[in-house]
Parts: sequence; C-alpha cells; structure tokens
Amino acid sequence: MHGYANPARFLRLARILTGPFLIAGIALSLAAAAWGLFGAPAERLQGDSVRILFIHVPAAWLGMGGWTAIALASMAELVWRHPLAGIAARAIALPGAVFALLCLVTGSLWGRPAWGTWWVWDGRLTSMLVLFFLYCAYIALADAANRDGENGSRLPAIFGLVGAVNIPIIHYSVLWWNSLHQPPSISMGKSEMAPAFLYGLLAATIGFSLIFGAVVLMRMRAILANAQAEARLRRRAMEAVDV
Amino acid sequence: MYEGLNHWGFVIASYAIGLGGTALLILHSLLTMRRAEARRDRAREQ
Repeated sequence: MHGYANPARFLRLARILTGPFLIAGIALSLAAAAWGLFGAPAERLQGDSVRILFIHVPAAWLGMGGWTAIALASMAELVWRHPLAGIAARAIALPGAVFALLCLVTGSLWGRPAWGTWWVWDGRLTSMLVLFFLYCAYIALADAANRDGENGSRLPAIFGLVGAVNIPIIHYSVLWWNSLHQPPSISMGKSEMAPAFLYGLLAATIGFSLIFGAVVLMRMRAILANAQAEARLRRRAMEAVDV
Repeated sequence: MYEGLNHWGFVIASYAIGLGGTALLILHSLLTMRRAEARRDRAREQ
C-alpha cells in the first residue's frame, strides 16, 4: 500500500486502470440490467417487482462499502499519514452518496408494490437514510477542511471513522428489530437465492463495483491535478514576488 | 405481493433512475477530471 503513497506512481497506475474499469463496468452492468429486465423470471411471491433487485442490492452494497472504504482510508490517514488516503476518502464520498440515494429511491419503488407502502420508519430504512446524511455531512466537512488548508484534513478523517458505527447497524438492523425488510438472502458462503437471480446479481454487483472504482480513480486524478496546478501557480507567484 | 398494481411501472422507473443516476455520476466525474487535468497542463505550460 505504501508503495503507491507516491502520487506520481499512483497516477501512472490510475491512468492505466480507469478506462478498462469503466468499459468493463458499463458492459457488465448493462448486461445484468438486460438480464434483469428481459431474462430473469418473475418471482412467485413478489412478481415482476423482484427485477428491481439487480439495481437496488448493488446500490445498497456500494453505499455501505463506500463508507467502509472511507473509514479504512481515514484510519490510514490518521495512523500512517498515508498521503493519498485523505484524497481517496474525499473521492469516495460523492459516488458513495449517489449509490446510497439510489438504494433509498429504488427501495422505495420496490416497497410500494411489495409492501403496499413507499416508506416505513424501521431500522433498516432509517439507518440507510442516516448513511446518506452522513455522506452529505462528510462532503461538506471535507470541502470546508480543504479550503482551510492541509491541517484541517484531520476532522473529516475522524468523522469518517466515527460514522462507520452506522455500517453494522444497517447490516444487523433486520435481525435486531422487527422490519418489513427481508433478512439477508446471501451470507458468507451461503445463499438462499435461485441461480437465475444469484448470477445476475453477481454480474450487476461486479459491474457497478467496477464503475464505482473507475469513478473514484477519476475523482482522485482530478483532486491531484488541481493540487498540482495550485502548487505550480503558487510557486510562480512566489518567484514573481522574489524578483 | 401488493395486489392490483402493475409492477412494470415501478421496475422501469427503478432501472431508469439507477442507470441514469450512474451515467450522470460517470459524466460528472469524467468532466471534472478532464477540466482539472487541462488546468494542470495549462499551469505547466505557462
């Protein structure tokens, strides 16, 4: 990990990976979406609404996975002072917020035909909404800290670590409290899902994850490029003052 | 299953929002990166 603490080395790798991640991710996601719409069968109890699974579940996993990655990057920033960790956490925040929001919206669209309601204030839905608000707060905090200079960057990292307490709450909410939301159908090494749904869901999850990775790489490249431009302009201004 | 509703409207809306939102995210990130890298290159050339 520390081998890629050098921004120049990281940028070389990011330039190689961004395109393939994006193209493979788009192709796989579109194939999974086509399977979800036209290939997968209607489910016995939920009917055609089960097709929303191929969008809703990857969005939920990426929303939660995004914050887990922010927490890990925040720890790397606070403990090892990894120079790219804070940049990675900032780059993850927007795609994480978008996928958390997509999870909430598609979940609501699934809830209406499946449960007869758009929304209930139960543990799973409420903790997912809290995750979306945490992302919004993180983005605002990171922007403010960035404007204040490098010393301000510790506050978003602490917030990223503290906010991670919500991730196990989201995961276990359907087991701890009564909920309209179903318990997990997939756990480590075990699945209660029919193959027609399981393999399509796997393809959708890998596809959206590759897109997530490509977006994070693009946003990291943008943050680094802006920092390099700022540094160069500042150096030029200092040279002009010296002359 | 909640009877009496046509599920396809909800399915199509979910796919349109999911895929459309992801496409907008990709486009926004791509443009942000292109603009930032062009700005860096301009600063280098000056």
